[in-house]
Amino acid sequence: MSTATNSHSGVNLQVRGLRKSFNGQEVLKGLDFEVKPGEIFVIMGPSGSGKSVLLRHLIGLEPPDAGEILINGESIQSPEIASKYRLAMVFQSGALLNSLTVGENVGLYLDEHRLKPPEEIARIVAEKLADVGLKGTEEKMPNELSGGMKKRAAIARALVIEPQLILYDEPTSELDPLSSVVIGEEILRLQQRIHVTSLVVSHDRDLAFGVADRIAVINEGRILTIGTPDEVKHFNDPLVQKFLNADFKHEP
Amino acid sequence: MACASGPRGGIIMFENIGEIFLLFWRTLLSLPLAWRQRQKVFDQFFEIGNASLLMVCVLSFFIGAVIALQTGPVLVERGLASAVGGIVGISLAKELAPVMMAILIAGRIGSAMAAEIGSMRVYQEIDALRTMNINPVHYLVLPRLIAIAIALPMLVVFAILVGWLGGAIVAETNSHIEIPFQAFWSNLRDVVELKDVANGVFKSFCFALIIGVVSCHQGLATIGGPRGIGRSVTKAVVNSIVLIVIFDYVLTRVLLQ
Repeated sequence: MSTATNSHSGVNLQVRGLRKSFNGQEVLKGLDFEVKPGEIFVIMGPSGSGKSVLLRHLIGLEPPDAGEILINGESIQSPEIASKYRLAMVFQSGALLNSLTVGENVGLYLDEHRLKPPEEIARIVAEKLADVGLKGTEEKMPNELSGGMKKRAAIARALVIEPQLILYDEPTSELDPLSSVVIGEEILRLQQRIHVTSLVVSHDRDLAFGVADRIAVINEGRILTIGTPDEVKHFNDPLVQKFLNADFKHEP
Repeated sequence: MACASGPRGGIIMFENIGEIFLLFWRTLLSLPLAWRQRQKVFDQFFEIGNASLLMVCVLSFFIGAVIALQTGPVLVERGLASAVGGIVGISLAKELAPVMMAILIAGRIGSAMAAEIGSMRVYQEIDALRTMNINPVHYLVLPRLIAIAIALPMLVVFAILVGWLGGAIVAETNSHIEIPFQAFWSNLRDVVELKDVANGVFKSFCFALIIGVVSCHQGLATIGGPRGIGRSVTKAVVNSIVLIVIFDYVLTRVLLQ
């Protein structure tokens, strides 16, 4: 995650035979998929299907029990990966540091790694916040922001890294439909502007079918199908169809 | 350090001790980055001083006062009035100020460290740091450990002086003791040497490292939600106090030789 590489194009991500158990319970049961450079890949599935655990593996926060995760052919567990590729993650809660202002949060990566002088960091922070519609919020504390604003601030923090791979964990959870649309547009705009590889974990069907190049549906640690939004929509599997078509029916 | 009973509890205890040593070692290895983190060290140092100075004054004043009150009448009765200053002076410098202040700081600052880092862990802030290639040991543990390692010895020097003052005031004003201020100080100066104060300060430096590393470790090991944070805070304080008392004996044995 340093500026060692100047490439602005997205990276290739491969997951091969990924398995993970917690306390004897297998959460990921041998996942295989590939995300192409610059692609928006959405992983959908019901709560508890292993989506967030998968994401933690993809950013290197969890070691797998078996299998491998490759970024441009190199293992995510390799110590050089952080200095070679710029990876970022937008957490479900935003995970802004509550003791820092929004501006300090967004500029944290540049400041901690001494990549730019303070004036330059301030300029970049203002620019990235404006990019996500949060102009002038530098001095606010995270607890002064709404849920949607926190997520957009987290996206701005990820943008500062100029990522080649960006992972989103439930980016629209706890958001109203309008804020969800803003986040979705943000994901699309980012992909078009810097051709970042994006991997979105979500159970929001509107978001998934609105932004995805390809979608994978996961259930109980297994991938049920992978394909374009159209292919997934017409995939003939009862579980997939049940998940995609589940709706609340009120009978008076 | 054990939260379960039986053999499993023993294993967890040794795991925790190993993790604490490992965290301490990693923090020591990151010492060359201390200058870079100087602003955070200063912030933590200010917070420790700001949160503790008044309590340190009150506590040490009354500890000095109560030692004078307990020992004074007995010694005066036996014609040993001149020993009161020495007893108050040496007990505060070598034992009471370092241990009591360490216990106070474990409760006041150790708990705050464990709670802050614990909530950062629970709310994924530490994961966010790691995804930005920011080492939590460098960013969170190092500044806290340096700040407490500087602040506690300074607070202990302060506590020794205030405690002596408390003892001197009680010795002069209590009708069962009535030792003049000058006589109290003169006796204290005869008995207490600079190395006695240095011993106390050295002990407090070791206690500060214990509080810092144990509290940060508990914070980083927090799991679960708010209840997990509460558990970590309790463990951080209890484990710090247990280790302070054990290491007090060990250090006293070493320093007496």
